[in-house]
Amino acid sequence: MKPPRWADWLLKTFGHPDTLEEVQGDLLELYTYWVETAGERKARWRYVLSVLKLLRPLASRKSNENYYSTPFFLHPDMLRNYLKIALRNLVKNKIYSSINIGGLAVGMAVAMLIGLWIYDELDYDNYFQHYDRIAKVMQRGTTPEGVVFNGGHMPLPLGNELRTSFGDDFKHVVMSSWTGEHILAYGDKKFTKTGNYLSPEAPDMLTLTMLKGTRAGLNEPSSILLSESVAKALFGDSDPLGKIMKIDNRLAVKVTGVYEDLPFNTEFRDMTFIAPWALYVSSEDWVKRAQDNAQWDNNSWQILAQIAPNADFDAVTEKIKGLRVKHVPATAEYKAEIFLHPMHRWHLYTGWDKAGHVDGRIQYVWLFGIIGVFVLLLACINFMNLSTARSEKRAKEVGIRKAVGSVRSQLISQFFSESLLVVTFAFGLSLLFVLLLLPLFNEVADKQLHILWDNLIFWLSGVGFTLITGLIAGSYPALYLSSFQPVKVLKGTFRVGRFASVPRKVLVVMQFTVSVTLIIGTIIVFRQIQYAKNRPIGYDRNGLITVTMNTPELHDHYNALRSDLLRTGAVVDMSTSSAPATDLNSQNGGFDWEGKDPNFRDSFGTIAVTHDFGKTVGWTFKQGRDFSRQFSTDSAGMVLNETAVRYMGLKDPVGKTVKWNGRPFQVVGVIQDMVMRSPFEPVYQTVFMLNYGWANVINIKLNPERSTSESLGKIEAVFRKFNPGSPFDYKFSDEQYALKFATEERIGKLASVFAILAIFISCLGLFGLASFVAEQRTKEIGVRKVLGATVLNVWSLLSKDFIFLVLIGFGIATPIAYYFLNNWLQKYDYRTEMSWWIFAVSGAGALVVTLLTVSFQSIKAALINPVKSLRSE
Amino acid sequence: MKRAFLGEFEEVVLLTVAILDEGAYGVSITQEIEQKTGRAVGFSTVHTTLQRLEEKGFLSSRMGGATAERGGRRKRFFNVTAAGRKALQEVKQVRIDLWNALPPQTLQLMGG
Repeated sequence: MKPPRWADWLLKTFGHPDTLEEVQGDLLELYTYWVETAGERKARWRYVLSVLKLLRPLASRKSNENYYSTPFFLHPDMLRNYLKIALRNLVKNKIYSSINIGGLAVGMAVAMLIGLWIYDELDYDNYFQHYDRIAKVMQRGTTPEGVVFNGGHMPLPLGNELRTSFGDDFKHVVMSSWTGEHILAYGDKKFTKTGNYLSPEAPDMLTLTMLKGTRAGLNEPSSILLSESVAKALFGDSDPLGKIMKIDNRLAVKVTGVYEDLPFNTEFRDMTFIAPWALYVSSEDWVKRAQDNAQWDNNSWQILAQIAPNADFDAVTEKIKGLRVKHVPATAEYKAEIFLHPMHRWHLYTGWDKAGHVDGRIQYVWLFGIIGVFVLLLACINFMNLSTARSEKRAKEVGIRKAVGSVRSQLISQFFSESLLVVTFAFGLSLLFVLLLLPLFNEVADKQLHILWDNLIFWLSGVGFTLITGLIAGSYPALYLSSFQPVKVLKGTFRVGRFASVPRKVLVVMQFTVSVTLIIGTIIVFRQIQYAKNRPIGYDRNGLITVTMNTPELHDHYNALRSDLLRTGAVVDMSTSSAPATDLNSQNGGFDWEGKDPNFRDSFGTIAVTHDFGKTVGWTFKQGRDFSRQFSTDSAGMVLNETAVRYMGLKDPVGKTVKWNGRPFQVVGVIQDMVMRSPFEPVYQTVFMLNYGWANVINIKLNPERSTSESLGKIEAVFRKFNPGSPFDYKFSDEQYALKFATEERIGKLASVFAILAIFISCLGLFGLASFVAEQRTKEIGVRKVLGATVLNVWSLLSKDFIFLVLIGFGIATPIAYYFLNNWLQKYDYRTEMSWWIFAVSGAGALVVTLLTVSFQSIKAALINPVKSLRSE
Repeated sequence: MKRAFLGEFEEVVLLTVAILDEGAYGVSITQEIEQKTGRAVGFSTVHTTLQRLEEKGFLSSRMGGATAERGGRRKRFFNVTAAGRKALQEVKQVRIDLWNALPPQTLQLMGG
């Protein structure tokens, strides 16, 4: 027997707000009366009629000072109030606030750095307008043992073939000499700069931004395009166009253009000048021969291509893949194929493992992306943990607020605004951190990153993340606490459930799982680096420097140069060789020896040296002797390394004859393996032969008793005399050797930084939680102490919970870390063991750190005089 | 003195409020008018008139007396103000004067 609900609703919504209450009451009362006097049907009718007559849709409440209403929860006054309360809360709990904001800011800063790094990696080469049309022409093959190899060194005639026979598929085909060091000279200014010899279409293909001259500049046979910085270095402020300068002290070229420096995050960032390909061919006899004789088996050059607008990479690859076998049938044995490697894959997807799977930088993008997400997650977990732990203390506040008239929506927005405020502070702070850390990070990561102030995505993700974190972290107090019944809270019958702390515990376990995994990872990466570093390298790289021989003057005066250098007293010995000791750059087949299986396809590292090479680099002999001027037969002598002896299966190698392309060499000695290539790989089988003509570098051993700078000064004077046209550029072999570890060390450094940060953040959270727990249990501790508990009892009471959590985390982390690091180590032929103690140390380390963090709080709590904690009741 | 105009229905309502004294609120006023005048008055009309009288200053109101049958809502009780009483007096006086001015033969015709 109720009046119609829709009429009620109408009245409530459109009735006059000032008199609503009594009208509703009156109508209800009348309804009952009407039902009794006139029956239900009439009563309903009258009710509805009255309601309709009483609708005042346009009426608004008269402002009335005596009227206490609940303001809208987003009213400006309320917002101001939320903010004020939030700030007061932050200031009141300084430690919590700083842990909260600081921890989150560190996490956000890490995520931001990693985000910038990933953005830069993905943005690589995007500078070029034809980014999605350019490709490298590469080849791939499989050895009979099933090892897949990929290479970018291509035969010269292929370029012509692509241009003529596949003209429809390619817009440009550009030959490249590879970017290498050359001496640029103008007047008395000389610099060693890296540059490339390219076909004339290159500037068009790469869409170079020309500051002076045109992109057609390379069409002149003796021309050069300079990058802005090189032009500035050589010509200062004067106009370089039309000036004649020299490359490598022998090629006179005219400057026909200046292009904007290529950005740091492009493949061609080192290409500071471009000279015409034709000039390269005409000036280098071996290249000219390769071109004139159409040498399809000489793979020495790079070929770049831009495919036609309607072509696609896969289809073109399909067309050209058989060219290699067609022209060099012998390569059919390797299943050699030519393919296009698109520019958008160059940076992240170059590098293949032995099975032919991509093994490029994309792995690091994933790795760091995951680490970034985890560090950020750790920080968020902290933030949520602390917020929820804190908020339980505020149940009373909620009770009071509700009792004096707060409605739920206001409480919800109050808690949300509090957590949003904290996250906003953290975001601001993290921007500051990133600003401060970027220079350091750029150095470690070999990048030129900067904050993308003008990038919309950057801001959107920053603000979006701030909002999401704030909302998620604030959701527990906002939605859960605001639902408390004030009566229960204030009477004290309210109890947080037994399982209220379970989510918090799970989160702590997660944090420590991540931290311990990162610790284990860092230790193993560094062990791996150390393992490779400790490897005997077979020569002495201390005080060894190399000078590249890039001008003809140096080749002709070996003995004079050597005796002049020795006379300075700054040099112990000097020699030339085809490759520096830190780089094995030439491999050849065509060797024959006694007992060789005729079907065996051999491959050796080949190095040409002079008599003095051994003494310069300090190699050590296992058998036989070094090259010697005493024996004129040594000009056809050969020194093997140990691996070569094993590779050839020779029993007693010294004195044996080895033929290379029919020419006999006699083995005079066997040296201990020299690590010339990657220290993570096995040493390659290598032969050393005497050849004064095949020389690319000068090796100099400095006198260890003199200071290096003094010695270098003296050596430079000698070089000035012999080679006045070039700057004196040298490289320290120990530095070159250290570069071999660069990738691994970079990972190691970054991983350790992230591990430290992860632990720092976890500990911050733990510290906060521990202090919270200690505070919550103050009374309990007081009572226990009164009843005779010792400090040790209390300490272990408070610490054991956390220790337990860390142990669980460790238990989860161990198999995860084992799995991933085992996979990583498989990449290396020469790798360290994953001993159990690494795991034990990581676990123990995490435990110690936890104990220290927790103990500070628990001991503090345990030392409090129980009188103080119990006095209040 | 500005004299507020009092309509016929307003006069009835005002009088009823005066009759009911302390117990005058929407429902009781409506029922009282129905019983006393025998005519069916809508609650909405009574309500609107009460509002208007209060605006004119002839009535004052206060909230109170919630009961269960009203869904816990309070009533608005009305009291006649001094101005209200005066207005009633004046209306009555006008009526009496008018009656008194009636010629006796007319009065007889009306059966009075």
